[in-house]
Amino acid sequence: MSVAIDVRDLTRRFGTFTAVDSITFQVKKGEVFGFLGANGAGKTTAIKMLIGLLAPTSGQASVAGFDVRRQTEQVRRVIGYMSQRFSLYEDLTGRENITLYGGIYGLTDAEIASRGDALIDALHLGKSADDRVASLPLGWKQKLAFSVALLHQPAVVFLDEPTGGVDPITRRQFWEMIYAAAARGTTVFVTTHYLDEAEYCDRVSIMVDGRIGAMGTPADLKDEFGVATLDELFVQLARPTAAAPG
Amino acid sequence: MALRSSALSAFMVKELRHILRDRQTLLILLLLPLAMVVLFGFALRSDVKDVRVVFVDPAPDYATTALRGRFAGNGRFRIVGTAPSTADVEPLFRRGDADVAVVFAPEFARRLAEGTPARLLLISDASDPNTGSMMQAYASAVISSYQAEIGATGRGVQIVAQTRMRYNPRLESVNLFVPGLIALVLTLVTALMTAISLSHEKERGTLEVLLVSPLRPWQIIVGKVLPYLVLAFANVVTALVAAWAIFHVPFRGSITLLLFSSMLYAMVGLALGVLIAAVTSSQRAAMIAAMAGTMLPNMLLSGMIFPIASLPGWLQPATLVVPARWFIIISRGIMLKGVGLHYLWQPLVVLAVMLAVLLVGAIRSFKPRLA
Repeated sequence: MSVAIDVRDLTRRFGTFTAVDSITFQVKKGEVFGFLGANGAGKTTAIKMLIGLLAPTSGQASVAGFDVRRQTEQVRRVIGYMSQRFSLYEDLTGRENITLYGGIYGLTDAEIASRGDALIDALHLGKSADDRVASLPLGWKQKLAFSVALLHQPAVVFLDEPTGGVDPITRRQFWEMIYAAAARGTTVFVTTHYLDEAEYCDRVSIMVDGRIGAMGTPADLKDEFGVATLDELFVQLARPTAAAPG
Repeated sequence: MALRSSALSAFMVKELRHILRDRQTLLILLLLPLAMVVLFGFALRSDVKDVRVVFVDPAPDYATTALRGRFAGNGRFRIVGTAPSTADVEPLFRRGDADVAVVFAPEFARRLAEGTPARLLLISDASDPNTGSMMQAYASAVISSYQAEIGATGRGVQIVAQTRMRYNPRLESVNLFVPGLIALVLTLVTALMTAISLSHEKERGTLEVLLVSPLRPWQIIVGKVLPYLVLAFANVVTALVAAWAIFHVPFRGSITLLLFSSMLYAMVGLALGVLIAAVTSSQRAAMIAAMAGTMLPNMLLSGMIFPIASLPGWLQPATLVVPARWFIIISRGIMLKGVGLHYLWQPLVVLAVMLAVLLVGAIRSFKPRLA
């Protein structure tokens, strides 16, 4: 199975408004796929359909080989999700959060213990693992949340703006963790507003008004549109008055 | 086979941790029934005590003296003095120095002996109509018991109407409040707390993560709700023990049936809380909705404080959908009348139907919008 996410003509309408307009794309296994777009371009709606929170109006999508419409249960077992709002419980300790999500995803007690210890070591959390998450610095919280989302070793992990409000050093560490996960075979589907981060992705797509305005490796896209940075491209695509690229 | 805790139990452990970790809230929730029973029992009782009586007795004789003695000897009344005339009573009422005035007409004893009507005027301060009529009733009772006594020793047969207050002969309003109080405490712990806790998850975004996980909506709801059910059980027991120990509230029926009904009612509250969290968009809105949607009807439209029969006619049908109304019928029936399933199956069925409807609604509301 080399295709992790397969989306064909996926559409979602809310009344007369078409939030996602017949998008088609594939994400390969182990790929880091950047899903970009301005606010309101339809990113969130598209992600919600992929993780089974929203039914498509038409079109197909499969994640890790499971149809998001008919095999929602199976999809949920093989994906990890980190929402843009912080997804750990602040009044629980790091270790308790690990136990909770491990339990929810059906890990054995032994697996939870060994993976939890490994995770705590990797993050250099040490004794802080037994502190309430609320008392951890934001950067640590985000890295912990990401690690917890990977605890059940999902085939695909969806990260919705994972680095919001995080300092540049932590962002860099965060991306190292993303690469490490991809190297282990996990497909990473990530949305971000930081265009410099998009440059780290294997491939990116940019959504404009519910459609995919551009898609490809960052280098190819820059060549194709004749821009120096993705930032430039993003502004060009997102601004309705911008001249259509040739 | 490897040890594996189920998704549901992992979720419930987390929920318990939330509850146990928030010590202040937990302490408040645990002490709440005790505080409410004490408050309602002492402060909000509507039976009157220490009624201050003033007499107007311009020509005292043996009969008026005897009657005045009856008032003095009755525990509910306290004689605050005598006034020379009816007109002098008014300032006492205005200043709030007296609650009831007993005005004797002249030649009271002679008329009584002759069998001609002996006149007596009973005035009470009815600025609070309930209290006013109750004081009136107590004072009339003192007078008619005296009348009955001299009638029995004198000649002729007198017909004296006797009143008897069934189930609560001493008119202890605390007896009436406690069953309602249990409803109130249960509503608070169940509807309000689940609404707050679930809407908190919604607001924080953790609910989304749960919905994306393999946990099913019913598991999320059960996991949320079960710990609060345990808390609710503890609260019912606390309220009952407090009511029994402090106010000697009678307990005539089956305790098993009462606890069972309480848990059924608690589940209705929990399902309501889940629904409220589902339809509101913030924790604050959920809290206000839970207060207005459950606490107020529980206090005002359930018969807990105001009898349903005394509500305006158009409002009475609305009480049919207030779960507390049905629970209070059950709890009063069990505690005060000692009746069993034979009499209470109807309200129990109503509660069960309400629970079923609310549960379906609650689970639906948490299914991700797949329509």
